[in-house]
Amino acid sequence: MAEFAGYDMPIQYPEGVMAEHHWTRAHAGIFDVSHMGQWIVEGSDASKLFEHLTPSSFSNVPLGTAKYTVLMNAQGGIIDDMIVTRVAEDRFFVVVNAGCKDKDLAWVQSHLTPNVRLRVLDEQALIAVQGPKAEQVMREALDIDTSSLSYMRWMDYGRCMISRLGYTGEDGFEISMPAEDSEIAWNRLLSHPEVKPIGLGARDSLRLEMGYPLYGHDIDDTTSPLEARIGWIMGKRQDTDFVGGTRLAQEKSSGLKRARAGFILTAPGVAREGTEIFSEDGQTKVGIITSGGFSPTLNAAIAMGYINTEFAKDGTGILARVRGRDIPARVTALPFVHPKTKISPKS
Amino acid sequence: MTVHFTKDHEWMKIEGDTAWIGITTYARHALGDLVYLELPETGRKVSKGEHFAVVESVKAASEIYTPVSGKIVEVNSTLSSNLDDLKEDIETGWIVKIKMSNPSEVANMMDKTAYDQYVSTLD
Repeated sequence: MAEFAGYDMPIQYPEGVMAEHHWTRAHAGIFDVSHMGQWIVEGSDASKLFEHLTPSSFSNVPLGTAKYTVLMNAQGGIIDDMIVTRVAEDRFFVVVNAGCKDKDLAWVQSHLTPNVRLRVLDEQALIAVQGPKAEQVMREALDIDTSSLSYMRWMDYGRCMISRLGYTGEDGFEISMPAEDSEIAWNRLLSHPEVKPIGLGARDSLRLEMGYPLYGHDIDDTTSPLEARIGWIMGKRQDTDFVGGTRLAQEKSSGLKRARAGFILTAPGVAREGTEIFSEDGQTKVGIITSGGFSPTLNAAIAMGYINTEFAKDGTGILARVRGRDIPARVTALPFVHPKTKISPKS
Repeated sequence: MTVHFTKDHEWMKIEGDTAWIGITTYARHALGDLVYLELPETGRKVSKGEHFAVVESVKAASEIYTPVSGKIVEVNSTLSSNLDDLKEDIETGWIVKIKMSNPSEVANMMDKTAYDQYVSTLD
């Protein structure tokens, strides 16, 4: 067990990180992510509030659609990343990182207008079911038919809210439910032969293979969404009339100095967070690793971090300096492993 | 020949002034799935408590500390490509042989019985 954002969380269950990782990619893993913050933000100006506090568009988001976006500070850094789902015309369901809950709440509350209210769902648990068998498990263990639910879509189900998304790159769901129902749900899921519980260790290696940023590591209050290479969250939005927009406008016109990139080590070793990156001649420091570890799928050490943009091109050779030893590596486009999230049917 | 154990979960086989050093089953299990072992150079001088190797698991990097001072006279380089051999096996699982400069450092280390008892108090 480890303390994580004030919660006691298992790093791994008895089978270990490697086994849990492979199991999730081949079957279904369940993750207790109840430590994450869950809110309802509602009112006639709710979408306007999100368009002020994030770089994404919300006024045209269809009912039942989830969006990945970020809260930005006035300097254009990232306060947190989050999922915002339209659950009714004027109501949004928000999931934020556990470690950011308090500051996110203070930030959003300080920007509330008379026509928006925020409710914290303190008594709400969150269980993620991830893996190619997730849909089957939902049906067989919980008697919930999700076959018509597409990726990044949401549905109401009795006392639950079910979103088809996750942090592993696999097909899967996050089920928000009253805490009092969660033990029964967890145990029913666990009793399914395709299901194993997954700890924080494999949660991290699974998301690392997908190139998903982890707040406080790969993105923080100094990194902009463009540097973090998540500029796609702006969608078709052209204006920069939102908190932090000035920096994005500047970065769009004058370009980036650094950008998030993936790295794959081409010699034995592992390069973890904090590892400095050097040019191939070992002379110039050109970046830093913000997340790194071992990819069970690729059987290789992978990492992500920020690198000077002239070195950010796919295939560029670099060195990761680990305990004084330079390990050869190359810049690799993210993700490292192709995601298998359910493709939305063409409508 | 005697085998000693440390609270840092190393075992040490002593013959004369030479110590074979490895890690215990408990340590091996706690480290989880190993992916890389960084070994020292032969000839390096080490002081008691200094790390001489680093083992990388999927979870984290962990340093391995020497319980005795001296000079590394041999490195079990085959371990790098056979990580499963890094275990509590005094024949094949040793990481380095150290020629001790201060053999009295071995005093007060645990024997197998005392170590097993120590491990049973953990977790």
